Amino acid sequence: MSDFMNELRGSIGILRNPDVMGYLLKGLLFTLGISIIAILFSLLIGAVLALVRNYCTRGPARALRKIASIYIELFRNTPLMLWMFVCFVMCPAPSFSKDFAKLLGFSSTVAVKTLFKATVALTLFTSAIMAEIIRGGLNSVAKGQFEAAYSQGFGTFRTMTLIVLPQAFRNIIPTLLSQMITTIKDSSYMSSLVTVELMGCTKLIISKANTYNGTWVDRFNRGTINVTDVFVLFGFAFIVYFAINFTLSCVVRRMRTRKRA
Amino acid sequence: MDTIFSAKAWATVWQYRATFLNGLLNTLESAVVGLVIAMIIGFAIGLMATSGKRWMQVVARVYVEFFQNTPLILQVCFLYYALAYSGVRITVVVIGFVSLGLYHGAYVGEVVRAGIQSIPAGQFDAARSQGFGYAETMRAIILPQTVKIILPPMVNQVVALIKNTSCLYIIGGADLIATTYNFVTGESTGGAYGPAYLVGGLLFFLVCYPLSMMAGRWERRLKERDRQVVTAIEEQEGGDAA
Repeated sequence: MSDFMNELRGSIGILRNPDVMGYLLKGLLFTLGISIIAILFSLLIGAVLALVRNYCTRGPARALRKIASIYIELFRNTPLMLWMFVCFVMCPAPSFSKDFAKLLGFSSTVAVKTLFKATVALTLFTSAIMAEIIRGGLNSVAKGQFEAAYSQGFGTFRTMTLIVLPQAFRNIIPTLLSQMITTIKDSSYMSSLVTVELMGCTKLIISKANTYNGTWVDRFNRGTINVTDVFVLFGFAFIVYFAINFTLSCVVRRMRTRKRA
Repeated sequence: MDTIFSAKAWATVWQYRATFLNGLLNTLESAVVGLVIAMIIGFAIGLMATSGKRWMQVVARVYVEFFQNTPLILQVCFLYYALAYSGVRITVVVIGFVSLGLYHGAYVGEVVRAGIQSIPAGQFDAARSQGFGYAETMRAIILPQTVKIILPPMVNQVVALIKNTSCLYIIGGADLIATTYNFVTGESTGGAYGPAYLVGGLLFFLVCYPLSMMAGRWERRLKERDRQVVTAIEEQEGGDAA
């Protein structure tokens, strides 16, 4: 029993270590930053895809519609992990400067490139889901709105950007927020390529837990990783993810009930 | 990317076609067993959430919130590491079954809950007035009526489950994604990136696309029918007034 208490004390000591905590919190910042970037860009791509799939129904524009449909169905019916690997090999990445790498806390520019590719994969994947969400929003805008806009002399572009899209977006704000939850969870897929976000950082710390939990004696007795380390470190990650996503899901729920009332 | 046009790379993929099929079978196996576990948990959670008993609702809520608000990869890794470092020997495959089942059980639970809550309260009252107990009411009256509401989101869950087997790569599973990745990075087979990813992705797509099409069509038909019912009622009301 006292062995267990000692091990647990050692494990909690890992989290007390300011270096480890700083590293994990930096991972959290990356998780949030990457998710926000992916959401913003996929909103843009998703909006284009949704508009094309919904309204390019006549003439040669139908080819565009077909492409948008194929894109959406392709990404919705294949796993994100596949796109992580595909982008890792095939996505072109700009060459980043050493200073930029250092700014992000990387020692090499290779890791920055991988991070870029993984973010592209997450964005491309999320765009397809976003497109379907936005399409739902577009379909919820009453037909009369289009006719009213046209009758006031608005062109197609201004009708869409000034009249239809704002209303569509207002209708789907709760769904967009719950997609934020999904994207924060999905960003953990990146840990299969590059260690920057919370999941990857947690795994890395666990693999080195013997150097932090007080069992390390010297280079001949390198200590052990205990099961309590797994519980404490992953427990920390669970709490952080849960706190963020649960808060978001409470906001979503409140919006939905208020809308219904 | 250029490997996609390389005959040699395609030949390697063709030579190792059994590997890909094996990966697909592993993925489907994990998905099916995961689904069975998810259904059992999901129905339990859904029934608890609609039971009206406070403590049961709290348990169901906590379960759903925990599993829906944390990443599956984290859950998979936690299970794997916790078992490994406590000296329990369980194969990666079983860990996959359990973690997929637990995670999707939360989602299935929400689907079941929504299905049961969509049934008008009168149905419960009518069943009770006829002397039906709780189990009988659910089995004979309520659940059969929820099927058509539950089915489309349930099929979407199956698609998500199949795709999520790819998380098992992270703990060294043998699912389709892990197999494809090991193939392209393998010493004797490496390099055929383009064809290998294309084949791996296509296999996923061939399984998932028909399912999501089916779910989408059911959903649309359901909405259409609801609209028809509403219009019929409105017409009738209009007729009555006139």
